[in-house]
Amino acid sequence: MRRISRRSFIKNTGGASLALWLGISTKGFASQTSLPTEGKRFTPYILVESNGNISIFNTKPEMGQGTFQSIPALIAEEFEVSLEQITILLTNGEKELGNGQRAGGSASIRNNYTELRKVGASAKEVFITAASAKWAVDAGTCYAEYGKVIHQPTNRSFTYGELVEEASKLELPKEPKLKDPKDFKILGKPGKRPDVPLKTSGKAVFGIDVQVPDMLYASVERCPVIGGTLKNFDAQEALKMPGVEKVVAVERLMGVYRTVGVAVVANTYWTALQARKRLKIEWDTHGFETFNSTEYETQLRGLANEEGLPDNTLGSVENLNLLPQNTLEALYETPMVAHHPLEPMNCVAQVQGEKVEIWTSTQVPSTITGSGANDLHKHIGFAPDNIKLHATFIGGGFGRRLNIDYIIEAVNVAKQVEKPVKVIWTREDTTEQGPFRPMTFSQLKGGFSEDGKLIAFQHKVIAPSYLEAVRADFDKTKVDNIMVEGIGEQAYEIPNLKTSFVRADYHVPLGAWRSVTSSTVAFAHECFIDELAYLAKKDPMDFRLELLSKPSDTKRVLEKLRVFSRWDTPLGPGKGRGVAQWEFFAGLCAQVVEVSFRPDKSVVVDKVFVVIDLGEVVNPDNVKNQIEGSIVMALGAAVKPGITLGNGRVMQHNFYDNPLVRINEVPEVEVHILADGGKVKGVGEPGLPPFAPALANAIFAATGKRIRRMPFDLDQL
Amino acid sequence: MPLLWAIRDVIGLTGTKYGCGVAQCGACVVHLNGEAVRSCVTKVSRAEGQKVVTIEGLSGNNDHPVQTAWQEIDVPQCGYCHSGQIMSAAVLLRENPNPSDEDIDAAMSGNICRCGTYLRIRKAIHLAAELQQKGKG
Ligand code: FES
Ligand code: FES
Repeated sequence: MRRISRRSFIKNTGGASLALWLGISTKGFASQTSLPTEGKRFTPYILVESNGNISIFNTKPEMGQGTFQSIPALIAEEFEVSLEQITILLTNGEKELGNGQRAGGSASIRNNYTELRKVGASAKEVFITAASAKWAVDAGTCYAEYGKVIHQPTNRSFTYGELVEEASKLELPKEPKLKDPKDFKILGKPGKRPDVPLKTSGKAVFGIDVQVPDMLYASVERCPVIGGTLKNFDAQEALKMPGVEKVVAVERLMGVYRTVGVAVVANTYWTALQARKRLKIEWDTHGFETFNSTEYETQLRGLANEEGLPDNTLGSVENLNLLPQNTLEALYETPMVAHHPLEPMNCVAQVQGEKVEIWTSTQVPSTITGSGANDLHKHIGFAPDNIKLHATFIGGGFGRRLNIDYIIEAVNVAKQVEKPVKVIWTREDTTEQGPFRPMTFSQLKGGFSEDGKLIAFQHKVIAPSYLEAVRADFDKTKVDNIMVEGIGEQAYEIPNLKTSFVRADYHVPLGAWRSVTSSTVAFAHECFIDELAYLAKKDPMDFRLELLSKPSDTKRVLEKLRVFSRWDTPLGPGKGRGVAQWEFFAGLCAQVVEVSFRPDKSVVVDKVFVVIDLGEVVNPDNVKNQIEGSIVMALGAAVKPGITLGNGRVMQHNFYDNPLVRINEVPEVEVHILADGGKVKGVGEPGLPPFAPALANAIFAATGKRIRRMPFDLDQL
Repeated sequence: MPLLWAIRDVIGLTGTKYGCGVAQCGACVVHLNGEAVRSCVTKVSRAEGQKVVTIEGLSGNNDHPVQTAWQEIDVPQCGYCHSGQIMSAAVLLRENPNPSDEDIDAAMSGNICRCGTYLRIRKAIHLAAELQQKGKG
C-alpha cells in the first residue's frame, strides 16, 4: 500500500555546507570525524550516503543530561540502526532544523518522544518500499535491521546505502507505524553514552577549548557593584604590558540589565588577565553601593503582610472560623544561588563585515541564529542570516547557558577587534556577576476542621520577579507565573486553597536555575505539609496519602516510595527519615531521606530513596546518573552558603567561599523509575525539588528541630 | 604564566581544564613527574625540563584502567571535570592499588564535579582497581 511519488521530498545536501558541521564520531575517539560530503536527507534529521554512512542530526545540545545519546536513540530505534553504526552531529541552529534547537525545562524527551520516533519510522518505511520495489516483492515480506532491508523469504538484503537513491525519491509517510515497545532494542535499555569516551580522553571539545587561527583572548572587568556601570577608564598601564593588543569598553545585556565593562584583549589569556588588574576604572554605581541582602530580607519579611496577586484559588480560605489550635502559620526563607557550571562562561566570536561567527557552549542554538524578537540578532545588530554558530559540548548548563549575555558581550568585543577573540570569564566573574536563582520567601497557612480534616491551605510567595528581570515587556501588575511554579497545582485534595505572589523590587540579574522556582517553593510547601502532619499527630506519609484519595500520578509515586524506601520499617535510635514530593512543569519525583543525628549535634545524610515518574524511559542508567547528580546539586543548595550582597557587591568569589558539595559529603542514592505509560515527563530537573524538604523533614524527625530557612548547617543543629 | 595556560593556549592541548584558577576544583590536574598537581597554580617554570603528562598522554588508546572503568560505568555527565578526576584517580591507584571508600574520598575531595557524578566516580575507582589488578596478574 505504499505510494511511490515522483516528487522528491528529500533534499540533496551539498558538500560545502556539511563540511562545517562539528562532527563527533561515535565510531572512534576523534572529535572531528570524516564529515558527510554527499548524501540524502530523510527528514531534516537523517542523512544517508551511498557508501552506507548514516548521520543523525541532534538538535538538543549536550550539557551532561544525556541528549547526545537519548535523542538519536529515539530516531535510531525506529530507523533500525544501532547507535554504534551512526555518526551523531550536534546542530548549530540551522534554519532547516527549526527553532527547537535548545535544551531546557527537562523538555528534550518529554516533548519529542513520539515525534522523533516517527522521524525514524517514516525513513525506515521508504527504505523498505525502495527495496521491495527493486526485488518486485510485497513490502510486507521485508523488514529492516541494523541499517539493512531484508527480504524475509529469501534472506536477500540491501544496505540503506545501496537503497539511498531509490528511497530518496519516495514520499515520507506522515503517520508511519511505530514499533511495539516490546521489540525495542535501544529504548528503555541502559545504553552506553557515545560521548563518554570523548570525555575520558580529553578529546571532547567544549566552548572554552575552541581554537581558531589568529585568535586573541579577552578578559572583562565588570562593575563589582551590581546595577552599576562604566563611567570612565584609564588603560595606560594595561596597554604597556607586552602582548596586550587593545582595551575596549564593552556592553553586556543580561535579561533587562544593560551594563558596560572594560575588555582587555591580548595574545594570551593569561596576559589579558594580568593586564586587567592594571586597569583604572571609575564606575557609576547608581546608589546601589549601599545595598545589602540582610536589609533586603527584612523588607521581604515585611511584605509578607501584603495581599499580593492571586495565583490559584479553590473554595475560599476566608470565614472558615477555624479554631486557633487547629491552625498553623510559618514563614520559609531561601537564598539566591549561583549556577556554577564547571566550565566558566566563554565565547569565541569573529566579526567580518556584515557577518559574525560564534563558537560557544550554549543551551539555545536557536536563540543565537533565530529571527525571533528575543533572539541574539536583536541585540547585536547583525541579520539572523549573517550569524553563524558552531555549538560545542557544554561543560554544564543548569539554566545558566539559556542566557546569551556572555555571547552578546563577546560579539561586542569582536566588533572592535580585527581578529577572532575568545572571551573567558574567571570563576570570580561567574560567581560575582549573576544571574542568580532568585530567593523566595514563603508564607504558609493551614487549618483543620474540628473533625481533623485539612480544609484550608495558603501559600504566598514573596520574592523579586524572574520574568521582570528577563523580559522588558513583562507587565508587573500581573502575577509572575514562574515565581509561583507548582504551588497551586499539587495533587493534594484540600477544599480551600489560595496561592499568591507578592513582588519585591530588585535590581540583580536573575536566571532560571535547574528546576527553576520549584527548587525553593517546594522546600516551603512540602516542609509545611509536614508541619501540618505533626499538628494532626499523623505519620507524614499517611497524612499525604490521606490527602490523595483520587487516583493520581502523585499518589502512585508516593505509594511506590512507601514500599521502596521501607518507610514502615522503624529506623535505629538517633536516626530519622523524611518524605517530600513535587510535581511541576518538568515532571514528578518523590524522595525519602534518611539521616543520623550525632552526639556532637551534627547531622549526616545517610541515604536517599527516589521514585521518579517518567511515563516512558529512554535510558534508565542515564536517568539514575541524572538523579544522583540532582541530589548532589540540591544538597549543595540546601546546606552550602548561597549568594549574598553587601555594599552592593556579591560577597562570594570562588569555590572557597561559595563551596560546592564534594565526594565525601554524598549520601547513598537508590532510584526507582516508574515508566508504565501515561504522560511522558522530564528527567533533568524533577530530582531536585523534593530533596531539601525531605532532608529538613528527616532532620525534624531525628532531632525535633524544624528548619524553615535555607541554607542550614548540618554541622550545627 | 601558570602551567595550565601554557598547556592549553601555548601548546594547544585542551583536555586539561580551567575551573577555578585557585586550587579549589581539580579540573586542571596533570602529572608532574608522576605527581598530581593543579596546573592552575603551578608556575610553568617549575615544569621546565620536567616530565608533564596530561589527560591526552595518560594512555595510548584511552585505555588506562581508570579510563576503561569510567567508560564501563558511564561516569561523566557534562564531562568537564573528568580529565582532572581521571588524572587524580590514576595517581591514587598507583599509590594505593586497593583503596577503600574513605581512601577514595580523601584522595578525590579536591576534585569538584558540579554535575554530581561522585557516586559513580567512587564505583569506577573500585572497578579500576580490579582492572589494574587483573592487568598485572
Ligand atoms: S582550575 Fe586548578 S584547581 Fe580549579
Ligand atoms: S561531569 Fe560535569 S562537572 Fe563533572
